[in-house]
Amino acid sequence: MKLWLAIGVFVLVAAGVPAAQTIAVPITQFTLPNGLHVILHRDTSVPVVAVNIWYHVGSANERVGRTGFAHLFEHVMFEGSMHVPEGEFDNWLEAAGASNNGSTTEDRTNYYIDAPANALDLALFLESDRMGFLLDDKAPAKIDGQRDVVKNEKRQSVDNQPYGQAFVQLSALLYPPTHPYSWPVIGSMEDLSAASFEDVARFFKTYYVPNNASLVIAGDIDIDKTKATVERWFADVPRGKDVPPLSAPTPVLDGVKKKTITDKVQLPRLYLAWLTPALLKPGDATMDMISNLLTAGKNSRLYRRLVYELQIAQDVNAFQQSQALSSNFLIMATARPGQSLDKIQAVIDEEIDKLAKTPPDAREVTRALNQTEAAFYRRMERVGGFGGKADQLNAYYTATGNPDSFQQDLARYRAVTAAEIQAAVAKYLPKDRRVELSVVPEEKK
Amino acid sequence: MKKLIALLVISLGSVVLAQQDRSKPPAVGPAPSLKLPAIQKSKLANGVAVWIVEHHEVPLVQVNLIVRSGSAADPIGKYGVGSLTAAMLDEGAGTRSSLDLADAIDFLGASITTNSSFDASSVRLSSPVSRLSDALPLMADIALRPTFPATELDRLRKERLTSLLQARDNVSALVQLAFPRIVYGPVHRYGTSTNGLPPALESLTLDDLRAFYRAHFRPDNATLLVVGDVTPASVLPLLEKAFGGWKSEGMAPLVAAVPTAPQLTKRQVYLVDKPGAAQSQIRIGWVGVPRSTPDYATLTVLNTILGGSFTSRLNQNLREKNGYTYGASSIFDMRISAGPFLAAAGVQTDKTADALREFFVELNGILDPIPAEELTKAKNNVALGFPGEFETTGDMARKLEELVIYGLPDDTFSSFVPAINRVTGADVQRAAARYVQPDKMAVVVVGDRAAIEANIRGLNLGPVQIVPIDDLFR
Repeated sequence: MKLWLAIGVFVLVAAGVPAAQTIAVPITQFTLPNGLHVILHRDTSVPVVAVNIWYHVGSANERVGRTGFAHLFEHVMFEGSMHVPEGEFDNWLEAAGASNNGSTTEDRTNYYIDAPANALDLALFLESDRMGFLLDDKAPAKIDGQRDVVKNEKRQSVDNQPYGQAFVQLSALLYPPTHPYSWPVIGSMEDLSAASFEDVARFFKTYYVPNNASLVIAGDIDIDKTKATVERWFADVPRGKDVPPLSAPTPVLDGVKKKTITDKVQLPRLYLAWLTPALLKPGDATMDMISNLLTAGKNSRLYRRLVYELQIAQDVNAFQQSQALSSNFLIMATARPGQSLDKIQAVIDEEIDKLAKTPPDAREVTRALNQTEAAFYRRMERVGGFGGKADQLNAYYTATGNPDSFQQDLARYRAVTAAEIQAAVAKYLPKDRRVELSVVPEEKK
Repeated sequence: MKKLIALLVISLGSVVLAQQDRSKPPAVGPAPSLKLPAIQKSKLANGVAVWIVEHHEVPLVQVNLIVRSGSAADPIGKYGVGSLTAAMLDEGAGTRSSLDLADAIDFLGASITTNSSFDASSVRLSSPVSRLSDALPLMADIALRPTFPATELDRLRKERLTSLLQARDNVSALVQLAFPRIVYGPVHRYGTSTNGLPPALESLTLDDLRAFYRAHFRPDNATLLVVGDVTPASVLPLLEKAFGGWKSEGMAPLVAAVPTAPQLTKRQVYLVDKPGAAQSQIRIGWVGVPRSTPDYATLTVLNTILGGSFTSRLNQNLREKNGYTYGASSIFDMRISAGPFLAAAGVQTDKTADALREFFVELNGILDPIPAEELTKAKNNVALGFPGEFETTGDMARKLEELVIYGLPDDTFSSFVPAINRVTGADVQRAAARYVQPDKMAVVVVGDRAAIEANIRGLNLGPVQIVPIDDLFR
């Protein structure tokens, strides 16, 4: 991400809605001859337009020795292009009252420009210029500049963060070294140093092509005029070679992978992680519901026991990290001073056992569903930015081919039954096939 | 040939064929105007002010009860009591226990948060409109009938003490404690975080919390803000039923305003040692301005140029030009009394002194006349981006809170853009000379002392004082 890296945590909208209510986000979509897929949605609540583009490339497309490259490349995208001198991308947008950012995950790289409605032409000019004409003779210096920035992003968000190495370790423990999810999106300092201009040029030519991108324009727009403007700016961007879809062998955990690392922290923290069904695959929504039952709110099973009643943990969180090739489910808990991770792990196992043996009661499931549903509406309030309606349309399009999948997505959650929850806990959260990572304080010298 | 035809076909609707002229960026059209929805004001029978803004985009509603007393009203020796009082409101209220309340709220798909800043305390409800009539009585219990159970206080106290223990791990958390402490000192309320520090936190009693609650949570000190898919006709009867019986007891308390802190007079460097830190966290600043400053618009423009935007001077220099940091910024943190001005960045350890030098290049540079183009860019950035700040029910409610807490006039938002457009280069220069005096500011660095101290001393910024970490926690 240009300003802040959410390391791989991108959970697609997870939601539910009363059966009576139908949610539709009206769209117009078309594909240019060069393969760029375009999705338009009109929403005039504020005089603002969101331009949101996804390139279907992420750290999973990187090769060994060049980890962190997709994200470094994302940074270079803001440094100007053939017809936009260095620095002017941001200058021109800020002078127009617009804001912009980008982010990289394992599966995709997204960029947004949120602009006053009158600056749409400018936004599309800039977006098309960096898609069609990114590299000029100044590119090598830009790469060096952003390499330093990205290294500082890594220092700030990983190296200097308490427990910051845990997610690096988890990826490596969950996936075999040949699997593209086994390295972190931010990469390693060594690989960031090694990235060359040739790498950037090859990456651009391979992945930053209109036929590997989808563009959403949402907000206070005129559909016909916007369509013409898109054609005007993007038609001359040449089509690239087809990008073959990523395939990776299905990762398997066939035992307990246990590891302990030290960090400069006051309190130990436990991470339990499992491999779970991929994004939108059967079981994915069920795992979201399970994370809610375990740690959302004071009455959730793990929070209530560990934090509220026993008070042996300072915090506990669980989530399903839904991804295209394979998801993972994570539970993390920090011990209170003087408390042991063993004790915390025993309580977590007890609660998982209970849920694997007995289905949750109807009220508990409804409570989780109602929270999920309300969160869904809140996400639909904003048209731009990360996670706004434009970004969600692109996420749905990427995952299903249908941008307006809001209703279908909701239906997944409404359909989850108590029996399915019980069965999914038993199937996907086994005690004997998982990662157990402990981060403990360094010995005091 | 086929390809060319395809291009012609899709170009029919547009003006140009094939290669588009990219020699200059397209001009930006006239700015759209923001139609601000009206604030519909009324009062409940007991005098509680109600402000309603209709917002019919999604079936959600936000109801915020704003109490115009916050942590700034904490008595000396009890810093943290306002924050802990707010946190305890939903730990038992009416006839419900902490867990029962949480269950009832979660079951509705609603969310109720209780909070306190220096300037105000709040209970904020976000609810699906269809569940508002069930959610409001719960909100009223939390705001009007908290029971303050002793066991819950013990739990929250331990949680907060543990958080303070964890703050020792984190350079960002440490600098957030260190900077205000150094600028305002341990006595002024702004020198200590709203949550307070261990000595006070350990001593606070239920009676302290109840006393704070009784003194400040009263209808004559509160306003209800409603934003969402409702109308006055639909929501006022519900509010009357939930909050109409709330009565004031006795006279409203006389609360002394937070005094304006004495300004710093000479530059000094403060170094907090965090061995092994990969980055140093830097804060440079002093006492800034209150929200009521007549220079509000000018300072907004000034700060946008200095460190309030991506293309600001601090970020361009420290990030884009030198690559010392992931981001550098500055802010005038405006409160009822004068909050701090600060410039901030996390920089790689071996560039700490270089980064400090560049900070001062920019802090001194802002005193010079601003080039016209840069001034225009900043003004446009603020003015044209303003409508986007009113998008969601939550955005709108936060904007209204600002009016309530700082007693701002109703035309604050409609007059904001014209005020920004009136700011001149001379205004910015005058404001910079007064509010940005780099030779008097505190320079606070949390980082690996062994690696950075010598180079920092070499800059001769002023006397260097080593601040033991333990001093930040008492």
